[in-house]
Amino acid sequence: MSIDQAYPAEVGHGAVPMADAAAAGPVRADWPLWEVFLRGKRGLNHVHVGSLHAADAEMALRHARDVYTRRNEGVSIWVVPTAAITASSPDEKDPFFAPSGDKVYRHPTFYDIPDSVPHM
Amino acid sequence: MTEFSDHEETAYEALSLDADDPRWAFGTGFSDPLAGIDTSVPENVDAADLTAYCLMLGDDALVLSHRLQQWITRLPELEEEAAVANVALDLLGQARLLLSRAAAAEGSGRSEDDYAYRREQHEFLNVRLVERADADFAEMVTRLLIFSAFRLAVLQRLRDSRDPVLAAIAAKATNEVTYHRDYAAGWVVRLGDGTEGSHDRMVAALDAVWPYVDELFRTGDVERRLTGVAVDPGEVRNEVETVLEQVFSEAGLKRPDVPPAALVSGRAGREGVHTEALSYILAELQSVARSHPGAEW
Repeated sequence: MSIDQAYPAEVGHGAVPMADAAAAGPVRADWPLWEVFLRGKRGLNHVHVGSLHAADAEMALRHARDVYTRRNEGVSIWVVPTAAITASSPDEKDPFFAPSGDKVYRHPTFYDIPDSVPHM
Repeated sequence: MTEFSDHEETAYEALSLDADDPRWAFGTGFSDPLAGIDTSVPENVDAADLTAYCLMLGDDALVLSHRLQQWITRLPELEEEAAVANVALDLLGQARLLLSRAAAAEGSGRSEDDYAYRREQHEFLNVRLVERADADFAEMVTRLLIFSAFRLAVLQRLRDSRDPVLAAIAAKATNEVTYHRDYAAGWVVRLGDGTEGSHDRMVAALDAVWPYVDELFRTGDVERRLTGVAVDPGEVRNEVETVLEQVFSEAGLKRPDVPPAALVSGRAGREGVHTEALSYILAELQSVARSHPGAEW
């Protein structure tokens, strides 16, 4: 076996002999990416705060705790695989969003919201 | 509130506790764990014993914190850097509180800095487990698991200490060390139950660290005299070993069959007898304070 086959560069973090490794599934060079959402003490909803790398969901949760809640920011964390997010494309910006720009009648501005109705 | 927020909510504001103070994106909300607590020595407690006991627990945290800090910039992932730095900082915080408690109990006008920077090696009372330089990541997580399991068992009991200051420090530290144990256990299972290579390294790490485990559970004269104030480390042995057995079985690891590190004339870390490794830590830790006596920063 050649050196290249025994020590593939894609494994990363230094060459690791792969010939005898019992790999379950394809070997990846890096941990996959996760998106992190936090809910603050007074916040009502989870807010996207950033992303990180982790091998699985459990590790992603711990990493999120260590990277994004060091300054007392959150009381609840969600982590989502970045690959699981479907995003709107910048190319579609105009057909997606421009039509709502001149529909003033969609805004609930023609009546007063009572003080007792929160979070509007 | 700023004008900006009238028409657009930012992510920071949604998380904010103190939106009135724009310097703190997330609010501060921190509390002083020892605020309003009387630091006088409780009745029928020997001040010298209480001082020594606080130094034992404080030195454990101080020395291991230093060893963990040595990993910063050497870890394989950015996220692990943050994780290990957080653990090191938690332990440093515990060391500061405990050394301050020792200073208040001793009443000689010494400060936490005097204890950390101006004591000789034989005056440090930490267990020898925390001194060793880590050979690899496996050793780092193995020692952290064993140390955290031991410390957590002690802290949980210390919350009922007759010394209200120690009880308050223990209450704060319990949450921190619970997470440290969880973090370390996660890695021990991951690597022990990982590839053949990671498993072999975990076995080697356990063999290297295990000789210093026995010493954790030795009951000294200080703990014996401080009934109701200190925790008898011999009492936590069963609980700690049960926790470790659980993690080991999950990780596919066996409890190593290696003899405990020898005592020196019946003495070990708690009596000020240390391994050579501690002298390297102290040389680094104390170098700035010793070369600039009295300097403030």
